[in-house]
Amino acid sequence: MSQATATFPPDLERSFSHAVLSWVGDDGYPMSVASRFAVKNERVVLHEIGEVVSPPSGRDVNVIFSHIRPRPGEGYDERRYISAWGRLRRAGGTVEFTSTGSYHWDEKETPFFQYSELTVPQAHRFLGELSERRGETVKPKLAAGWLFLRATRLPFLTATAVPVFLGVAAAARRGPFRPGLALLTLLAACFIHLGLNVANDVFDDASGADEANTRPTQFSGGSRVIQYGLVSRKAMALMAAGFYAAGIGIGLYLAATSGFWALFWLGVVGVFISIAYTAPPLRLVHRGIGEVVVALGFGPIVTLGAFYVQAQRYTWEALYASLPVALLIALVLYLNEIPDRTADAVAGKRTLPVRWSKPGVLRGYALAVAATYGLIVGGVASGVMPVPALTALVTIPMAIGVYKGAREAYDDPYALMPAMAKNIQLHLATGMLLVLGFVASTAAHHLADDVPRLLR
Amino acid sequence: MGILPDEIERIVNAALVAELTVVNAKGRPVTHPMIPLYDGSKLWFHSSILFSKKLAHIRANPKVAVSITDPRAVTADPFHRVTIQGDARVIDDDVHRGWEPAVLQLWIDKEPIIKDFYAKRVALPLFWERALIEVTPRRAILWENGRTDLPPTVFELEAVAS
Repeated sequence: MSQATATFPPDLERSFSHAVLSWVGDDGYPMSVASRFAVKNERVVLHEIGEVVSPPSGRDVNVIFSHIRPRPGEGYDERRYISAWGRLRRAGGTVEFTSTGSYHWDEKETPFFQYSELTVPQAHRFLGELSERRGETVKPKLAAGWLFLRATRLPFLTATAVPVFLGVAAAARRGPFRPGLALLTLLAACFIHLGLNVANDVFDDASGADEANTRPTQFSGGSRVIQYGLVSRKAMALMAAGFYAAGIGIGLYLAATSGFWALFWLGVVGVFISIAYTAPPLRLVHRGIGEVVVALGFGPIVTLGAFYVQAQRYTWEALYASLPVALLIALVLYLNEIPDRTADAVAGKRTLPVRWSKPGVLRGYALAVAATYGLIVGGVASGVMPVPALTALVTIPMAIGVYKGAREAYDDPYALMPAMAKNIQLHLATGMLLVLGFVASTAAHHLADDVPRLLR
Repeated sequence: MGILPDEIERIVNAALVAELTVVNAKGRPVTHPMIPLYDGSKLWFHSSILFSKKLAHIRANPKVAVSITDPRAVTADPFHRVTIQGDARVIDDDVHRGWEPAVLQLWIDKEPIIKDFYAKRVALPLFWERALIEVTPRRAILWENGRTDLPPTVFELEAVAS
C-alpha cells in the first residue's frame, strides 16, 4: 500500500523486468522511457537511458516498476507495482536514480477487494468535490433491485426458510398441513430476518464496527451500503422499521388465529433478540453470546413458531428437530466472524473468534459439526426424528470440506470465501434434507397404513 | 486509418497495460498503470472514483504521456515500445453510467472477462462509478523493437488532431 519509503525491496531486479522513467519536459508534457535496470548501492541504474533522450538533471522524476501481468481473456495476475519519485544523476554512460519516496501495491499483501475498501474515503472525497463543482449532491448509485438485494442481504433468507420448513414439516408429520398459514409464517419470519439484517447494519455503522472493517467479504462485514453512501443510515433505519412492522403485523395475525399468547411471547422473544443482537444497550453480540442468540433465533424460536402455527401446541419433538439446524446456523455466523475478528475486537464485539485462538476456533467448529450429526443420529435412534432424516448425513463430507477450507484460509478473508459459501450450503442442504426426511415419512404414512420401518 | 501511425496503432490496440503519466500540483510526474483504449482518434482511459487522484491532477494540468513498455502486455509482433504525449480531459458528467458509451465495448473487446464482472457490479459498487479520461494525441514516439537506447521515430500529430 501507499507508504513513504526511499528504499527498494531486495528482490527488485527479480520482481520487475524493466523500469519506466518519466519526467516533465521543457514543453510541459510528461515524457516516459522504458529501461532495463540494476540496483547498486540503493540507487537504480538505468541502462538504456543514453544520450538519445535527455531527462533533466535537478528535476523531480518518477520511476515505476510495474508487474501488472495480463492473462489475455482472463484478467490479470501477480499484480504489483512500485512508483517512486526522486532525482537522476548521470554517471558515465548510465543514469542513476535516487528515490526520495515511493508507494506501492502488491495484491499478494493487499488483495484487490481490500485495496478497494481502503480507498473508499478517496471515492467520497471525489464525490464531495464533484458535488461542490456541480452545486448539487452527487451520490453513487446502484439499480434498485441490486440495491435491495445488497442492503437486505436477501440471499441469507435461507437461514429463515430452513427452520420454517422444518417446523411445518415436523407439524405435518403429526397433524394436518395448513399451506396458507405456512406461507404467512414464512413471510413473517423473513420480514423479521430482513429487519434484523438491516438493523444490524444501522447499529454496526453507529458503533463504527463496519467502518473499522477493511476486509469485508460477501459473507462478512455487513452490506456496507451505508459506508459506500448508497443508502443513508436514516433510510436503512426506516427500512428496518418497515420490515419489523410487516413481520410483527403478520405475526400478530398468526397469533390471533392460534390462541394468541403462546405464539405472542415466542414472537416477542424472537423480535427482541434480533434487535438486541447489535442494538444498545444490550448489544448481545458485544457480550459474547451472539452465536447462542443466533442459534436460538434461527433454530428453536423459528422452528417452534412455525410448528405452533400448524399444530397449535409445542412439543419436545419439534424442539429437538430444531437443534441441528440451530447449531449449523450458529456455525454460519461463527465462520463468517473469522475474517471480521480484528474489526470486531476494535468495536468491542466479543465473538468467539475474537476470544479464541485459531486452534480453539477450529476445534469449536469440529465439535459443533460432530454434535449436529450426533443429534440427527440420536434423534432417529430415539424415534424423535424419522428414519429418512438420516439422509442428512450425506453432507458430512461437505462439513469436512468446510473445516479444511477454514483451516487453510483462516488468515486470508478472501481465500476463506469458498469455505464460507460452502458452510452456508451446508446449513441449507442438511436442513432441507431433514425437512425432506419429515416429508418422506409423512407421505409414507398417508400412502400406506403399514409404513415400512425405514420410512417411519 | 486512425490518427496514430499504423505500427503504433497496432501496439495500442494490442496492449493490455500502459502507463499514464500525469503532472501533479507540484509539477512532478506521477505514473499509473492503466489499460489503454483507442477509438481511431482518441485514446481513452477510465478511472474508478476509488482511485481518483489522477483525475484532479489532469483537471489542473491536462498534459499527459502514455507509454506502452511491457512485451508481456502486448500480443502484436514485432513488439515496439511507444510513448504518446497528448492533452487529456476528464469527463465525469455521469460517473454512474456516463462512461459506458465511450469505452465499455472497447474495454470488453480487450478484456472479455469484464463483461462478467460488470454483470456483478453489485459486488463492488463504487469500483463501477467511473470517470473518463479522453486523451487527444499530439506526438507519438516509436522505439523500434523496444530499443530505447536507439533514436526513436517521432510523429508530430498536431496537424492531424486539429
